[in-house]
Amino acid sequence: MARDFDPSGRLPDIFTNAGTSSFTQFLTHAAPELLPGRRPLPPGLSADIAPHGTTIVAIATAEGVVMAGDRRATMGNLIASRDIEKVHPADAYSLIGIAGTAGIGIELMRLFQVELEHYEKIEGIMLSLDGKANRLAGMVRGNLGAAMQGLAVVPLFAGFDLSPSDPAKVGRIFSFDVAGGLYEETGFDSIGSGSLFAKSALKKKYRPGVSTDDAIRMAVEALYDAADDDTATGGPDVTRKIYPVVMTATANGTHRLTEAEISAVAEQVVAGRMENPGG
Amino acid sequence: MQFYASPEQVQRDRSEYARKGIARGRSAVVLTYEGGILLVAENITTLRKISEIYDKIGFAAVGRYNEFENLRRAGVRMADLNGYSYDRRDVTGRGLANAFTQTLGAIFTETQKPYEVEICIAQVGSAPESDELYRITYDGSVMDEPGFMAMGGQAEAISNVLRERHDVSADLTAALALAAEALGSVGGENGQPRKLEAKQLEVAVLDRRRKGRAFRRIAGAALITLLQGGKDVPEKELGDVDAAPPPPAGDKPTVSAASVDTEGAEEPAEGDAS
Repeated sequence: MARDFDPSGRLPDIFTNAGTSSFTQFLTHAAPELLPGRRPLPPGLSADIAPHGTTIVAIATAEGVVMAGDRRATMGNLIASRDIEKVHPADAYSLIGIAGTAGIGIELMRLFQVELEHYEKIEGIMLSLDGKANRLAGMVRGNLGAAMQGLAVVPLFAGFDLSPSDPAKVGRIFSFDVAGGLYEETGFDSIGSGSLFAKSALKKKYRPGVSTDDAIRMAVEALYDAADDDTATGGPDVTRKIYPVVMTATANGTHRLTEAEISAVAEQVVAGRMENPGG
Repeated sequence: MQFYASPEQVQRDRSEYARKGIARGRSAVVLTYEGGILLVAENITTLRKISEIYDKIGFAAVGRYNEFENLRRAGVRMADLNGYSYDRRDVTGRGLANAFTQTLGAIFTETQKPYEVEICIAQVGSAPESDELYRITYDGSVMDEPGFMAMGGQAEAISNVLRERHDVSADLTAALALAAEALGSVGGENGQPRKLEAKQLEVAVLDRRRKGRAFRRIAGAALITLLQGGKDVPEKELGDVDAAPPPPAGDKPTVSAASVDTEGAEEPAEGDAS
């Protein structure tokens, strides 16, 4: 795997040198083939060759953040997957959601997870929340070539800030563009094909300092609204019991809502829409 | 002017040089207990001798800091590379021990100065019998140790204390008391035992009941409580972990490279230690 394997059996220099605390930088020397964005692509647009993940929403709460993602992946007019998971913990206190080409997004997310843990183990301390966001921006930037050919992926990053500059702002949300631009969002944000509708829904409901439970309900409502108007976003699937993935990041770490917790919220939302389809 | 020295003499000289260097430093002990593996080093600095390599794998070292730090980084890089390209379950202590033994062996035979380090790779299992402790020495020899080991300083004397009293069914408090006593059994004035305090010790455990990343440091108030014979400190107060631990959780989904302790959906069954 690593280049320049030493016949003495000694680990290659790249493993032992003081070098860097970044896993991706280590990979560029030790195993560049494992990095996304390094592969030559044939010319032309290749947008429809792989499944696309769709809508993710994130809401800053009084205790931290809530992030939720629908479960649909599409390929053109087809539903490629109805139970894909697009929201994951990046580390113990932060969450990442991905929209865009699912394969590249998942690879980016896995690499980012290892990147954060690797830094933490090498340095004995976690990266700051801003440090994590900047690192992710760099990784998105590395995918620009593929993005221009239709294989774009855009993450949404949110987390609990262990050393906030303003104690009232412990939950922070960062969004990105395909060129690697990094923008901190206030209150809430959404990405993916249904984000327009999800954001409009949140704009009317969101209040600063909202509690985590209220924010979970709000996030599921927003995803319902996105699914209502966007074909690529899946709503709660009560027949198959497939509900959005909802995660929180607070001072207690990350938590993924259990099947029981999320089905209770989703059923409430669906029941509410029976009365009033507009929410 | 260059005189002839026989290969035997060269190897002997190198061995002696490395052994002397290692014996000058302070010691570290690693032992299994009922709830996992305890790693304790006598260390008054903030430079760490004990650290996490991977989910179930810890690292302890004595000797020259720059040299074992070098190997530690290599271990973390190797583990993360393998875990990323295969799966987290495919990273094993034996694999790391093999890489370290090759590396130290090559350095010992090929370079002018051998590394003055001794290393322990500990991998925690679901029961004390399945724990693995590997001792890797300056010349690349590797030994699979039976549940406890001491390295650095007057390791022989410390080992003797551990050998007599080590008990795999002991709890954390008892295991830590034994480790502190063993480390304090040497180096006192007129051969008197020393009483080591919390600030002289660097302590960490690989907790076999935790899913995901098993490594936790024990420091500050939690360490003082434990040293005074206090019973197990609640997990929340163990404090000073590199990353303060989130609550443990269930099986991780297939597409993530995060550890199961961050990536969980369900609360784990009590006492589940898979």
